[in-house]
Amino acid sequence: MSDTGVLDRLRAALPAQGLITDRQAVRPFETDGLTAIRERPWAVALPETVDQVRAVLRICREGEVPVVTRGAGTGLSGGARPLKDGVLLTLTKMRGIKEIDVDACTATVEPGITNLAISQAVAEHGLFYAPDPSSQIACSIGGNVAENSGGVHCLKYGLTVHNVLGLRVETYEGDELVLGGKGVDVLGVDLLYAIIGSEGMLGVVTEVTVKLLPLPVCKHVLLGAFDTVETAGDAVGAIIAEGIVPAGLEMMDNPAIRAAEDFANAGYPRDAAAILLCELDGTEAQVATDALRVREVLESRGAEVTSAADAATQEQLWKGRKSAFPAMGRIAPDYYCMDGTIPRGELGRVLGDIGRLADEYGLRVANVFHAGDGNLHPLILFDANQPGELERAEALGGRILSRCVQAGGTVTGEHGVGVEKLDAMCEQFDAAELAQFHRLKAAFDPAGRMNPGKAIPTLARCSELGGMHVHAGKLPHPELERF
Amino acid sequence: MDSAEELVAMVADCRVAERRIAIMGHGSKPRRVAWGHETGVEELSTRAHSGILEYRPEELVITAQSGTPLAELADAVAAQGQLLPFDPPRFGGEGTLGGAIASGLSGPARPWRGSIHDAVLGVELINGLGERLRFGGSVMKNVAGYDVSRLVVGSLGSLGVVLSASVRVLPAPAAEETVCTRCSASEADVRVRCWARRPLPITGTCYVDGTLSIRLSGGPAAIEPAKVDIAVDESGDAGIWEAVRDRAHPFFGRNDVITRLSLPRGARFDDDDALIEWGGTQAWIAGEPRSLAANVYAETFRRDGDGWTTSRPPVDGTVAKYVERVRHAFDPDGVFVGAGSG
Ligand SMILES: Cc1cc2nc3c(=O)[nH]c(=O)nc-3n(C[C@H](O)[C@H](O)[C@H](O)COP(=O)(O)OP(=O)(O)OC[C@H]3O[C@@H](n4cnc5c(N)ncnc54)[C@H](O)[C@@H]3O)c2cc1C
Repeated sequence: MSDTGVLDRLRAALPAQGLITDRQAVRPFETDGLTAIRERPWAVALPETVDQVRAVLRICREGEVPVVTRGAGTGLSGGARPLKDGVLLTLTKMRGIKEIDVDACTATVEPGITNLAISQAVAEHGLFYAPDPSSQIACSIGGNVAENSGGVHCLKYGLTVHNVLGLRVETYEGDELVLGGKGVDVLGVDLLYAIIGSEGMLGVVTEVTVKLLPLPVCKHVLLGAFDTVETAGDAVGAIIAEGIVPAGLEMMDNPAIRAAEDFANAGYPRDAAAILLCELDGTEAQVATDALRVREVLESRGAEVTSAADAATQEQLWKGRKSAFPAMGRIAPDYYCMDGTIPRGELGRVLGDIGRLADEYGLRVANVFHAGDGNLHPLILFDANQPGELERAEALGGRILSRCVQAGGTVTGEHGVGVEKLDAMCEQFDAAELAQFHRLKAAFDPAGRMNPGKAIPTLARCSELGGMHVHAGKLPHPELERF
Repeated sequence: MDSAEELVAMVADCRVAERRIAIMGHGSKPRRVAWGHETGVEELSTRAHSGILEYRPEELVITAQSGTPLAELADAVAAQGQLLPFDPPRFGGEGTLGGAIASGLSGPARPWRGSIHDAVLGVELINGLGERLRFGGSVMKNVAGYDVSRLVVGSLGSLGVVLSASVRVLPAPAAEETVCTRCSASEADVRVRCWARRPLPITGTCYVDGTLSIRLSGGPAAIEPAKVDIAVDESGDAGIWEAVRDRAHPFFGRNDVITRLSLPRGARFDDDDALIEWGGTQAWIAGEPRSLAANVYAETFRRDGDGWTTSRPPVDGTVAKYVERVRHAFDPDGVFVGAGSG
């Protein structure tokens, strides 16, 4: 079939303005949140119904055109990076709520609805949807499912995978999979777990049933200021060892504290080497006892503690953390956000090493991250207009991820592999493991036309990198360009 | 050769010799699966592949070899004031970590502390090609590659031999109390569903023989007010949770045919003769169900000597097609007996 044939058929299958092909008009879609990588899509399809999604997939299948699914485009690893010869299937117009079942504590929604809109819609029933990525005002639930996104509160409430009960998925071949439901436990291989976190590689999620939780009656926020990053890191493990699972446990180092303070005036101690923000929630009595114990743990490690029992002060304390990313924009023209996870016990050591690596590369790194989960977000500050800085930032990023793997962790905790971490994947997995991933992909998409080239590197790419699966060393050729 | 290498060699040999393998943990699972009728099937036991590999309590993770007895794991974490949140059944007091993962069963706290799917963070697996593969890891958040560790849960050995696994643990509550009240199933149903919408420290509910038992966990500061809140304070039998978990409760002894119903959240279920747990989302009834409401999943068990045989309803046709393809992706030559596909 000719290319124009495909476009004509797509146009006929979609609502008016539902297909964008104009070279200028597709520009807003050329990148996701990883703005260093751009590509203009051949066409952008904006379906409004599941039938239209199916039609787009059918037309693309018949025309042998690859498809990249896109939610809100806030992904940080290039997962929704378009293809110049592919259709970008954008689901932002499918943002309805199909059902709120208060008795079951579930909501069934379309994939394009924003994460926050779900919690807002159910708040009147005293319920909320727990996973809360910092991008929650913008990111879509379909994107959250595809990335298995986390947030500030996953230590206690889990990731997307712990809060999604059911999915409807359309495959490239034209099948519809109805997986899970309102908490029904079936036996046998459960494909729900193949889809969650699969980065749009296996199919298009067209409906999501999420679990809703009762809003906590009581919250308490403590801020501990530390003299060294290492003691702050150790305090994280100590709180957990006390038998307390905070709702959120976040850490910021000095560069992050200063930037956030300049930006938001949250009242953070500018001279602290690190701060820990600990949010407790639950029943009033439980929160009160836990708050006392957390204060003891923090103080016994030399921290200066501020605590907030009222909503206004709590919001003030969170303000700095929540504005940390935009604040970076003020102190450096560009930043590169890493996403490795390590065992909590390694926090102090790995943070120290990241500082030393940053010095080695002559770049600044600010750390603001989900300490309770051991999920690091080192922000590498650089200026892309300075020749060589982007490459240096990327090389440093590669070294940091190697360090995470070496510490027993992973190259991505919540942002996904996308196109960004393909090389790092060669280090975390060996050839047989990668081949197994490719066979799993082929089980859902034998033609290989759903989001091709993302998430799992080809074996050829890995062997070109000069070796794979270097468990205890550095990336073989850190000087190589990583994209 | 260590025990893992022996298992790898066995899979590789069987593949070449075109013999099929049935994976056994402790053989404690109350099911006899189809391989009893097949010839040329070798039993692969993970029993010798046992032991805790790593446990750092402050990481809230324990890693152990698949043949490790569940009792050993539970004791190890209890010694550090922690618990296995998915609290898997141990039929006849036995059961291994690998068996719990393969069968995907969770205990009485499942709706509150999560399922075994929720708890698994990483696995080491031998696939049907005889390759030793690692997926996931021992950290809470890990989105590198497809989530094979969770896909393996409940697959009944059809995707491969689990060699070891890392699972999440939780701090044990400072206090725990079981309270009970006598009521009809219908009254229990209404109350339990109403509690589900409120932040209460409930970690178990069980209705059987006209009594609703509730387990409350947390600091003492949380339990006393909760008793007032739910208006139940008669002291109950704390042993009921283990008895129901391990199917050792008298209810299970009374019948030769029992059906497990997995009910949608929020659905009404008020059969006075049933055993109803998990906040009303799992029920056990004597015999076979006469008719099934939409979205209800039923699995019937028949007593067979000292064990049980089970029949499960077929999976939806389209889903079954993809499950079969996924099986093929892990085991292209069909080495593992497909207990997971039926
Ligand atoms: C400022 C900022 C803060 C962030 N904070 C966090 C955070 O705290 N935690 C966190 O986890 N992430 C965070 N992110 C990353 C990002 O927001 C999440 O990954 C989010 O889930 C992406 O959703 P999206 O709708 O924007 O997806 P997109 O970026 O549009 O797509 C992401 C991937 O999902 C696939 N996809 C999207 N929709 C579907 C669908 N319906 N079916 C199948 N595949 C689909 C795409 O193909 C792509 O591979 C942050 C991003 C930004 C910019």
